[in-house]
Amino acid sequence: MSKSNFSRRGVLKTGAIAGAGLALPTYLRADSHAGFTNAPGDSEVVLGFNVPQTGPYADEGADELRAYELAVEHLNGGGDGGMLPTFSSQVLDGTGILGREVKYVTGDTQTKSDAARASARSMIEKDGAIMITGGSSSGVAVAVQALCQEAGVIFMAGLTHSNDTTGKDKRANGFRHFFNSYMTGAALAPVLAANYGNDRKAYHLTADYNWGYTTEEAIRSSTEAIGWETVNAVKTPLTQTDFSSYIAPVLNSGADVLVLNHYGGNMVNSLTNAVQFGLREAQANGQNFEIVVPLYSRLMARGAGANVKGIFGSTNWHWSLQDEGSKAFVQSFGTKYGFPPSQAAHTTYVQTLLYADAVTRAGSFNPCAVAEALEDYEFDGLGNGKTLYRGDDHQCFKDVLVVKGKENPENEFDLLEIVEVTPADQVTYDPNHPQFQGGALGTCNPGA
Amino acid sequence: MDQFILQILNGLDKGSAYALIALGLTLIFGTLGVVNFAHGALFMLGSFCAVTLSKFLSLSHKVVDETRTDFLGNPLQVDVPYVHDWFGVATGDAIIDWAVPLSLLFATPVMIGIGFIMERGLIKHFYKRPHADQILVTFGLAIVIQEVVKYYYGANPIPTPAPSAFKGSYDFGLLLGFDANAIIYPYWRLVYFFFSLVIIGAVFAFLRFTTFGMVVRAGMADRETVGLLGIDIDKRFTIMFGIAAAVAGLAGVMYVPINPPNYHMGMDFLVLSFVVVVVGGMGSLPGAVAAGFLLGILESFASTAWAVSNLPGINQVIIYLVAIIILLTRPRGLMGRKGVMEE
Repeated sequence: MSKSNFSRRGVLKTGAIAGAGLALPTYLRADSHAGFTNAPGDSEVVLGFNVPQTGPYADEGADELRAYELAVEHLNGGGDGGMLPTFSSQVLDGTGILGREVKYVTGDTQTKSDAARASARSMIEKDGAIMITGGSSSGVAVAVQALCQEAGVIFMAGLTHSNDTTGKDKRANGFRHFFNSYMTGAALAPVLAANYGNDRKAYHLTADYNWGYTTEEAIRSSTEAIGWETVNAVKTPLTQTDFSSYIAPVLNSGADVLVLNHYGGNMVNSLTNAVQFGLREAQANGQNFEIVVPLYSRLMARGAGANVKGIFGSTNWHWSLQDEGSKAFVQSFGTKYGFPPSQAAHTTYVQTLLYADAVTRAGSFNPCAVAEALEDYEFDGLGNGKTLYRGDDHQCFKDVLVVKGKENPENEFDLLEIVEVTPADQVTYDPNHPQFQGGALGTCNPGA
Repeated sequence: MDQFILQILNGLDKGSAYALIALGLTLIFGTLGVVNFAHGALFMLGSFCAVTLSKFLSLSHKVVDETRTDFLGNPLQVDVPYVHDWFGVATGDAIIDWAVPLSLLFATPVMIGIGFIMERGLIKHFYKRPHADQILVTFGLAIVIQEVVKYYYGANPIPTPAPSAFKGSYDFGLLLGFDANAIIYPYWRLVYFFFSLVIIGAVFAFLRFTTFGMVVRAGMADRETVGLLGIDIDKRFTIMFGIAAAVAGLAGVMYVPINPPNYHMGMDFLVLSFVVVVVGGMGSLPGAVAAGFLLGILESFASTAWAVSNLPGINQVIIYLVAIIILLTRPRGLMGRKGVMEE
C-alpha cells in the first residue's frame, strides 16, 4: 500500500514559488522592458565574434579575432585608436559604445553551418551578445544571418563573397561590408581585356558549392560581355585535393585561359597543379596561356607561394593601400601583432566600428534603430574610399581592388600588387539584377 | 587516345601515393593484426618532416637594409639564410632548393622512431582488443597528431616546392606522335611515380630476400608456430611497424611539391587508402599495390570532364562503388588470402 505525500495546498505553494523563481530572471532582464533581444545594462555591452577557430580557415579566423580584439581595444579608448581618427563619422570617442564598456565572447564556426549556428545561438542566448559578427565562408554567413534574423540581433558579416549573402539570402538584420562575386567580375573583366585582349577562350574550374556557382556566373557573364568565349565549366568537389585530372585536359580543350573559381585550400592546390602542368609557359590559339584567380586572399596566396606570380585576381582590401585609414589600421595592427592585417582582418575590424558607430548615431542598441542608421549610410576613411551601405540589400558599395601576384616580393607579406582600383560606380548594380534575384530583405526583427 | 594515356598517367601518381600508404597499412594489419587509422597521420607527418627541414635550412638572421622600408615604414630587415654564410650564396641556395629530396634522409630515422614510439607506447596495448577499439584509439591518435601539427604550423597549406631542376612538365604527346600539349606530365610527378616503384620494390625485396623478411613472412602466416621456434616475433613486428611508418612518411615527403601540405592531408588519403587495402585484400602486399594503382587510375578517369558531365558525382563515388562490388563478389579482396574478411 502506498501513501501519497502531496497535498493540494503543498502543490499550489510549491508551484507558486517555482513559478515566481522562474519568472524573476526574465522580469529583471532589461530586454523585457527595452523591447529587443539582449538589451545591455548600463555598464557594459557584449559583442559575439563568431570565427573559424578550427578547421581549414582557422588562420583567417585567427586574423579576424585579432582585428576584433583591436577594434574592442580602440572602442574602449585603448591603443592608438586605429581608424577612429580617420573615420568620417566622428561620434566614437573611445568610451565604449553609448558609454558602455565593450566586452566580447567568441565562438568557433568550424566553417560548418550547423556549428556556426550553434555557437552564434549560444552567444546570443547564454552570453547575451547583442550583435554577432565574423566568419570566413558564405555558407556560414547565410546560415548565421538567418539565425540572427530569427533571434532579433544584428549580424555584421565577415569574409563572405557569394552574391547570395546580399542577394537571394539577404536579411533585414544582416549587413555585409565585404565585396561580392558580381563586383569581382565587373572589376576584373576590363583589366583582363586590357591585358589579354578580347579574343579569348576561357575554361572554368568551379568549386561545387554556393560561392563557386555565383563566382562562375559573375565571371562568365562579365568576360563574355567583353567578347570572351566560355569553352567549358567543370565543377570540382570541395573535398578535392589533387586537381591534376581536371587540369590535364585543359590545354587540349581549345581554351587559352583557365579561370579557377576556387578559394582556400582548393585555390592553393588547383593553382599549384596548374603551374606544375606547365600552363603558365604554354601557348594556345597562338597566345600565351593565362590563369585567373577571381578571389585572392593574402593568406591563401602565401600557401600557393611563387605560383601566384603574375596572376590576376581581386581583393577587398590590401595592406599596401596608401589612404589614411588603411595606413592607420596597418600601423595599429602591425605594431600590436608584428605583421600586416589580412583582408579578413580589415573587413571585420571595419564592421565592428560601423556597428558601434551606427548604435551611437541611433542612440540605441535596438537592432531596428541600428539597421536604420546603417541603411543608405555613406562614410569614408575606413580603407576603401567613399563607401555606401545600400539600404536595398545591405551591401556596401566601394572601390574594388584588382591585384596581381607580385613578381619580385620584398618580404613574406609582399605577395600581391594592386594593378587597379576600380571605382565603386563601375561595380554598382541594380538591386534587382538577375544575379541577385530571388530573395527579400523582409522586415527588421528586434526580437524579445 | 591522347586523353586515355593522359588519364592513365594522372592516375599513376595518385595511385603511387595510395599504394605506398596502403602498403604500410596492410603490412601492419598482416603482421600485428591492427587496423591503424593513424596511418594517414604518418603520411602527413612525413610531409611535415620536409616542411621542417626546409624551414630549418632556410633559418636566417636579420640584416638591416637602410635603403628599403618594411610595411610599417621602418628600415627593412632582410632575412639572410645561415647556409649563405656557411657555404656561400650559390651552394646555400642549392641546399635550400634541394630541401625536399634531402628530407628523405631526415625523415627516415624520424619516421621509424615515431613508428616505434607509436607501437610500443600505445598500439601494443590494443593487440588483444577488438578491431573497433583499435580503430577508435588510432583514429583518436590521428586527430591528436593533426591538432598538434596545426598548433605549430597553422591551418593553411605551406608551399614547399620541388628542386628547380624538376619544375615544368614533359610533353609525352610529342614523343608518341600527338600534337604539342596533348599529353603533358609534370616532371616531379614522374619522379614520384619512380620513387614509389623503388620503395615498393625495396619493401618486397626486403621481405623476400632477407632472413629477417622471411621470418616476418613466416610470422604473418603462422605467428604461434614461429614463436614456438624461439623467435621473438613481436620484436620483428615492431620493427615492421617502424618500416611501415617510414614508408608512409617517405611517401609524404615526396608528395609535398605536388600539393602544399596542411595538417589535414593525412585524413584525405586515409579513407581512400583503407578502401585500397580492402579492395586489394587485407594483409596482401601485392594486392595493396595493385589496387592502389588501379583505383588511382579509375579515379582519374572518373574525374574527366566527360565522365563528370555524363555521370555527375561519379568522381566522388567511383572508388567506393568498386569497393562495394569487390566486397559483394569477393570479400577477401583481389589478392586476399582465403578466409580473411570472409568469416
